[in-house]
Amino acid sequence: MDLGLNEEQEMLKKSAREFLSKECPKKLVRELDESESGLSQDLWKKMAELGWMGLPFPEKYGGNGGSLLDLTVLLDEMGYNIVPGPFFSTVVLSGFTLLEAGSDKQKETYLGKICSGDMIMTLALTGMEGTYSPASLDAEAKSSGGNYVLNGTKMFVPDANTADYMLVVARTKKSSDPEDGVSIFLVDAKSTGLKVTLLKTLGRDKLCEVSLKDVKVPADNLVGKFNGGWPVIKSILRKAAVCKSAEMVGGAQASLDMAVSYAKERVQFNRPIGAFQAIQHYCANMVTDVDGSRFITYKAAWTESEGLPSDMEVSMAKAWTSDAFKRVAVLAHQIFGAIGFTMDHDMHLYFRRAKAGEIAYGDADFHRENVAVQLGL
Amino acid sequence: MDFRLSEAENKFRQEVEKFILAEMPQGYAERDLYWPGGYGAIGEFEIRDPEVEKFRRKMGERGWLTMAWPKEYGGGGRSFVEQAIFFDIVSYHGAPGMDVSTLISGPTILRFGSEEMKREWIPRIVKGDLKFWLAYSEPNAGSDLAAIQTRAVEDGDFLVVNGQKIWGSGAHVADCGWMVARTDMDAQPYKGTTLFIVDNKTPGITIRPIINIDGFHSFNEVFFDNVRVPKANVVGEMNMGFYYLMVALDFERLVISMGGFRRRFEDLVKYAGETKRNGKLLSRDARIRARLAELAIDIEIAYVLYYRTAWMMDNNLFPNIEASEIKLVTTILSRKLADTGLEIMGPCGQLWPGSKYAPIKGRFALGYLDSLSAVIGAGTSEIQRNILAQRGLGLKRK
Repeated sequence: MDLGLNEEQEMLKKSAREFLSKECPKKLVRELDESESGLSQDLWKKMAELGWMGLPFPEKYGGNGGSLLDLTVLLDEMGYNIVPGPFFSTVVLSGFTLLEAGSDKQKETYLGKICSGDMIMTLALTGMEGTYSPASLDAEAKSSGGNYVLNGTKMFVPDANTADYMLVVARTKKSSDPEDGVSIFLVDAKSTGLKVTLLKTLGRDKLCEVSLKDVKVPADNLVGKFNGGWPVIKSILRKAAVCKSAEMVGGAQASLDMAVSYAKERVQFNRPIGAFQAIQHYCANMVTDVDGSRFITYKAAWTESEGLPSDMEVSMAKAWTSDAFKRVAVLAHQIFGAIGFTMDHDMHLYFRRAKAGEIAYGDADFHRENVAVQLGL
Repeated sequence: MDFRLSEAENKFRQEVEKFILAEMPQGYAERDLYWPGGYGAIGEFEIRDPEVEKFRRKMGERGWLTMAWPKEYGGGGRSFVEQAIFFDIVSYHGAPGMDVSTLISGPTILRFGSEEMKREWIPRIVKGDLKFWLAYSEPNAGSDLAAIQTRAVEDGDFLVVNGQKIWGSGAHVADCGWMVARTDMDAQPYKGTTLFIVDNKTPGITIRPIINIDGFHSFNEVFFDNVRVPKANVVGEMNMGFYYLMVALDFERLVISMGGFRRRFEDLVKYAGETKRNGKLLSRDARIRARLAELAIDIEIAYVLYYRTAWMMDNNLFPNIEASEIKLVTTILSRKLADTGLEIMGPCGQLWPGSKYAPIKGRFALGYLDSLSAVIGAGTSEIQRNILAQRGLGLKRK
C-alpha cells in the first residue's frame, strides 16, 4: 500500500494552489459567474501554458502523459479555488471521450487542440429529463446522404455557450435494450440549426440548452462505433463522477479553511467563537467529512486510473462527497452567520457549487442505487 | 498511490486467515457476541477461557500479538499496515487477539520503562501470558481524567495506594492493573500523576462487578485500601504519568474492529437477499437498498481512514486528526449499523440471542444496546471532537 501523493503530484498541488490564488482571485470568479460567457481567455491561456489541458493525455497528442489520478490532484485544487470556465467540459467530458472512442485522426486533430488549449469542447448528453440513463436519451440522429442529421434538445450541457465543438450523444436505433443504439457525434457549434441558450442556474455555472434542428454532421464525425456509444458514455460518466468529486473535495476543504480561520478571529461574548464547543464540534465534523471525502475520492480515482473495475468505488465516492460537501458548506455558513449570507462574501460561491456538484453526473441517491447493484442486491 | 495490498501484505493476510480458521477455539465465534465498536460484549472481558489463552499464546509464538514492536524486544518488526490487516482479519472472524497488555502497556514500557522493567514484563507480554486492565477512570474522573483522586503515597520502596477506580473492563479476569494515581497533590494534575502496574493479588484490592446493559459482567469498580505497590512497578519517572498516558493513546489508534463491521454488514446483506416480506425480497425494496448502500459507503469511509492512519504511522507522519476521525466515524457507524439492521428486520429484530426466530442469532438486538457504549468508551465523541478542533485545527479552549 502507498496512500500518499508522489513527488510530482505534491508539486502539482503546490504550484496549482499558488498559481490559482494569484491568477484566479475571487474577484475574477465573481465576474465570470455573473458574466454570460464564464470564460476568461487570459486565464485559459495561462492554464494551457502550464499544460493543464493535456495533463492526463498521451504525449503523442500533445499531452503530458499523466494519469486520471494526477488530474484528480489538480481538480482538487481547482475546486478549492473555484475556477470558472470550460476546463471540466473540455478535458474530462470531451478529452476522455475522444481518447477512448475517437479515431486516430480525430485524436490527432481534436484531442491535440484540446491539449494545446486551442479548442473548447463539451459533451451534450442529457435530454429533457436531465437524467443519466440511456432510456431518457431523446435526441435522434439519422443517416442521410452520407451525412447524419441530428434533431432534438439537449439540456444542462455545460459550457455549450463557449464551446467550439460538442460531442452530441443521440439515439440512432430503437432497441429493447436502451444501452444499444446510442451513438456519439462530433458537432461544430456553429452548425446551421444548432442553437445554444444559456440556462440560469443557482450554481451560476454555465449550463445550457442546446436545440438541434436538422443539424447536418459529416460521416467522419461519428466518434466510436455506430450504435455502440453507450459503453463509452458509461466510462466517461464514471470519470466525470470521480473528477467532480475531486472538485467538491477541494471546495469542501476551502469551506473548512475559511470557517476555521473566521472562528479564530471573530469575537463574541469576549472570546473567539472558535473557543465555544458548539463551534469546535462543527469544525470537527467538517474536517472529518473533508478527509473522508478526499480519501474515498482518491481511492476511486486511483482505481479508475489503474483500469480496474471501479463502479463501486466511484459511486461510493460520488454519493459520499455529494452529501459531505453540502454538510460542510452548511456548517461553514452557520459559523459565518449573517455575513456569509451576503453577495459580498465568498462563502456563497462554495454553497452554490456544492449543490451544482451534487446534481452533476448522478446525485447521492443515484449513486447509492449503483452501490446497491454492485452489492448484488 | 497504490491502494492494493502488496504481495507480502497479501501473503500475510492469507497466513493470518488460515491460522485463525484452523486454530480458533471450537465454537468460539458462535459464542462470542462481540458487537463492532462496542465494549459490552467482548468475550475476553468476561471470563478467562483456557482455550482462548492457548490460542493467544499460539499467536504470541508467531510474534503477532506484538507484531509492530521492534524485533529486539520480541516484536515482529512488522508495519502498522500489516497490523491493520491483522486486526481486520481477526475481527472479521470474531477471534480473540491483542489486548491492553500488548497494545498499551508493552509499547509504553518499551518507550519509557527502565531496562529492569523491560526484562521483567516484556517477555511475558510478548508470549501472551499476561492480561492487564486499565485503571484510569474514577467516579469523578471520566472525560476529565485529570480529576482523578486516587492517591499513591511513597513509603520506602513502596507506593501505598488508596482510592477507587471504575469501569475497569475485565479487571476480574486480568492479572494486573495498568494504573494512574495522584502522587503529588500540590502539583497541577497533569504534573502530579504517576503510572504503575499493580498486581491484582495484592492485599487490599476489592473488585466488584458492574453488570452492563447487555446483561454481561465486563465492567468493574475496584477499591484500593492501603495497597502496597513496589516502586519497581512505576513506569518511567514519578509524576510523569499523564504524559505517558497521552503518548500511549497513539498506540491504540488502530484498535478498530474493521473486519467486525464488514462481517455484520455481510450478514445483513445476506439476510436482505433471503428474507421476504409481503411476498417480496427485502433486497428489492428501494428504501432498504438505499440504506444498505449507505452503510456500505460508511464502512468504506472507515476503511480509507483506517488504512490511511496505519500508512501514516509507517511513514512517521503523525496521524493526530485521522485517529480521532476514525474513532468518531466508526463508533457512530457502530450505532447506525445496529439501528439500520433492526429497522430492516422489523419485529423479529428485537429477538434476543438464543431466541429461536432471532435473525442473525440476535446479534443486532444485542448490538443495538451495546453500541451505546461505542461512542462513550475510550474518549466520548465529544472528546474526540474537542481533540479534532483543538489539536487538529488549532482552535483555542478559551
